[in-house]
Amino acid sequence: MIRLEPRPAPSATMRVATPVVAIVLTILTGLLIFALLGKDPVRGFAVFFVNPLKTTYGISEWLLKATPLALCAAGLAVGFRASVWNIGAEGQFMLGAIGATLVALYAGSMPVVTLVLMILAGIAAGALWAAIPAFLRTHFNASEILVSLMLVYVAELLVSWLVFGPLRDPMGFNFPQTVMFEPAALLPILVPGTRLNLVLGFVVLVLLATYVLVFKTHLGFKMRVAGESPNAARYAGISAKTMVWLGLLIGGACAGLAGMAEVAGPMGQLTDKVGSGYGFAAIIVAFVGRLHPLGIALASLLMALFFIGGEQSQQYLGLPGSISMVFQGLLLFYLLATDVLIGYRLRLGRDAHVTNAVKAKAG
Amino acid sequence: MKNRRMLFQAGLASLALTAAGYLSIAQAQDPLKVGFVYVSPIGDAGWTYQHDLGRKEMEQALGDKVTTSFVESVSEGADAERVIREMAASGHDLIFATSFGYMNYVDRVAKQFPNVKFMHATGYKSGPNFHNYNARFYEGRYLTGVVAGEMTKSDVLGYIAAFPIPEVLQGINAFTLGAQSVNPDIEVRVIWVNSWYDPGKEREAALALIAQGADVITHHTDSTAAVQAAQEKGVYAVGYHSDMSKYGKDAHLTAATHHWGDYYTLAAQKALNENGMAESIWGGIKDGFIDLAPINPVVPQATQDKVAQLKQQIKEGSFHPFTGPVVAQDGKEVLPAGQTMSDQALGQMNYYVKGVSSKMPN
Amino acid sequence: MDLLTSILFATVVAGTPLLLVALGELICEKSGMLNLGAEGMMSIGAVAAFVAAFTFESTLMGVASGLVAGALLSLVFAFITVHLMANQVATGLAVAIFGVGLAAFLGKPFEAKVLPSIKPTEIPFLSDLPLVGPVLFGQQWIVYATWVIFAVVVWFLAKTRGGLVLKAVGESPDAANAVGIDVVKVRYLAILFGGAMAGLGGAFLSLFHTPMWAEGMVAGKGWIALALVVFATWLPWRVLLGAYLFGGVMISQLFVQSSPIPVKIPAQFLSALPYIATIVVLVLISRNVKMIRLNSPASLGKPFQKERA
Repeated sequence: MIRLEPRPAPSATMRVATPVVAIVLTILTGLLIFALLGKDPVRGFAVFFVNPLKTTYGISEWLLKATPLALCAAGLAVGFRASVWNIGAEGQFMLGAIGATLVALYAGSMPVVTLVLMILAGIAAGALWAAIPAFLRTHFNASEILVSLMLVYVAELLVSWLVFGPLRDPMGFNFPQTVMFEPAALLPILVPGTRLNLVLGFVVLVLLATYVLVFKTHLGFKMRVAGESPNAARYAGISAKTMVWLGLLIGGACAGLAGMAEVAGPMGQLTDKVGSGYGFAAIIVAFVGRLHPLGIALASLLMALFFIGGEQSQQYLGLPGSISMVFQGLLLFYLLATDVLIGYRLRLGRDAHVTNAVKAKAG
Repeated sequence: MKNRRMLFQAGLASLALTAAGYLSIAQAQDPLKVGFVYVSPIGDAGWTYQHDLGRKEMEQALGDKVTTSFVESVSEGADAERVIREMAASGHDLIFATSFGYMNYVDRVAKQFPNVKFMHATGYKSGPNFHNYNARFYEGRYLTGVVAGEMTKSDVLGYIAAFPIPEVLQGINAFTLGAQSVNPDIEVRVIWVNSWYDPGKEREAALALIAQGADVITHHTDSTAAVQAAQEKGVYAVGYHSDMSKYGKDAHLTAATHHWGDYYTLAAQKALNENGMAESIWGGIKDGFIDLAPINPVVPQATQDKVAQLKQQIKEGSFHPFTGPVVAQDGKEVLPAGQTMSDQALGQMNYYVKGVSSKMPN
Repeated sequence: MDLLTSILFATVVAGTPLLLVALGELICEKSGMLNLGAEGMMSIGAVAAFVAAFTFESTLMGVASGLVAGALLSLVFAFITVHLMANQVATGLAVAIFGVGLAAFLGKPFEAKVLPSIKPTEIPFLSDLPLVGPVLFGQQWIVYATWVIFAVVVWFLAKTRGGLVLKAVGESPDAANAVGIDVVKVRYLAILFGGAMAGLGGAFLSLFHTPMWAEGMVAGKGWIALALVVFATWLPWRVLLGAYLFGGVMISQLFVQSSPIPVKIPAQFLSALPYIATIVVLVLISRNVKMIRLNSPASLGKPFQKERA
């Protein structure tokens, strides 16, 4: 009989260890799935986790794929810390792509200036889209979870309308795409011969900035307090409205930046296929990364590997690409389940009395 | 000394020759690796299904001279470039990318792999090792329009469409013109479902069209939902992509079908024999790209004969579905009497012809 | 059928999966558990129902499998949130992502296979009534079953001891525990019911509506159902009203598009209407904080930790 015994204080070791445990469990389950499907688990593992990283190009693609995940997750984590549940980063990502595209198409093509304007427009458009749930939450008490999510569908249709209508390439035979961007509107490539571009620098900057904001400023302290205990926050005079606004705007801005980097990077134009689910996957990245910038960096790399591994397992093992979503869900399940170890200890024994009387954590 | 040396050299040369001979045999035995990138699951009726049928026909025709592989459900976003590149990097000699949205990614990968041959369906860009191919779907549409125009009693035809690109508009307009050629009173109603594949929405759209009086339904989307809905409601349907009669045996009048196998075989053969590439092509009935599914016996023999005759004329080039006068919905003449529409004008089609009663969505 | 009847008929069909899922979620939330995983449970229900119906050539087997599959996935949610006290929002999201992914994965071999469509069960005489006849009495049997489920939920919440217990747990699990109610058991049952209903909603899509399985066919209906519960301020009658209202919005945009009315509206705007309507309605409802407080379970989303007696 396994029972849970409360720890006197939350375990700092477990806070770091449980994501590792969750990852190991996910991989073991993955091997089991491969075996059940009649695939050689070792080969499955190799295709999923080793094959993608065998060449320089492979590694560059891996890093590139991780960048939008890290950007979106870093922004979301700030909100999640303050218990602001923005789950519409996917829509904010698309708006960022639209904002950047508008600049690329209409602001002329000047070295550096165009790119800077695109970055600003992407950030602003993402934040603007996130401002809608923030406004509706603070003024009308409407759930930011549902509003931000509904806006994902609206954003998708907005992109579709734009690329079929006003932004369509006039020479593109009415196909749903804008013109290809001018070189001045493309992010510079970091490693020649690959698609890895300056967005990697954005990621480093954003992770540093959110670290400083959350852990080194008074505002960040207040946000953490507000998230951990709403009562204490009220007592300390922290405005819940400010938290909602900050959480959503920062999340939207980061997602918007990621959207900008997608059109100014690997796509080089806006099409109706711009959304690739980064905004949703970033929610998992944020949690697996413990809402901490360093953790998010690692979790985004892991998640990117899941995506590319899923692609390769389709190419080399004939498995559906949706297997990567299964892995993502599993990872989050395992993490949430093992999180109980932060506040509780596992004990072997038969003391039913104590088992039933799991005591509350501090507070 | 000299002789020995010469002998030695001769021996070396013959050895080299033999080796070269072995090598060339080995090369001849090395099958051509052909890769396919599909935009949706293969399924068993739609766009990708027909391409996969083409892949299998090519395998059948060329036997062990080719090996094929495919990746399905590849999104047309930035990830497509990695999938296509991985295919090229893993030793494929010939790659077919079968959806429009891959165009710019194929363009980029083709430049990085000059020795790999890339074929892209339904786009307009090309390069030295990057050709494109497409089919004149509208030829089949016109013929099915004739059948629909003869069979409708309400004079209302329903059309479920995915996205307003020229290919889809050509289909709607050709269908309308075909129906009008036998029944000047018909009107065509269109619903855009904003998706190539959404069976639920396609079905709802079909039911909405039927409720508005349409008694022949056709679709430019991937699922069989429209044919099934027509079967349930006791109206007629015209399939698309493949013969969909097994999804509505009473409803299914005929279908405009796609056939890629011969072209895929030709392209692989060219690559095998002369290391060459099949020409870029916009192929129609004449080229075997487009055909009609068997016509339902409920269609009067006179109509069947008429369709067969028209099909022959299109094949011979003596008839073009878009022959003037073609009048747009707003009454403007887009093609004067007696002229046939140029490929360029077809490729830029962005209007409805007169006879379509719904409004353009944007 | 005239045009209006057709629109109403299609509205009821479109509203049915929303109604099923929202009723399940309503019961689940009444116990204080917020399960955001409806989209995933619907997907898994849809695929399980289709595979079973296809394999055994039996609609009933399909429906049963849909129910069980939805409930099984919700069991994972229940274990992680009730026993391990994890964050319900995050766990619900994991259920949504995992369910959609697993459904796509398992359903791959069945993609684009087709089942025979299920004929409506017309109730004699009544279905011949003008206007409402076909709408109310000419539907597939699952629609009638949905109404029965609705009636049972209304009766359960208003008239039974079980309903009282459920609401007590949702209001204050500690107080409920103190009077000897097994909070864990009640919450498990409520979550399972929610999962089963979501699975049934998915089964409706893949068996009765299309009838086929396609990846992504749930297309956000699970999320709309969640919004409906808030929209309805946790009152079953309003769930019914809301489900058909949203069904109506989804359907009428199709009719507007194809009718020859001389207005040029981009198809994308019409497709966005249900989502925008959801937001507008959420705003209208949520601004009345008092009404929300009155009906929403006070402990919604908060984990329950049993104190030492």
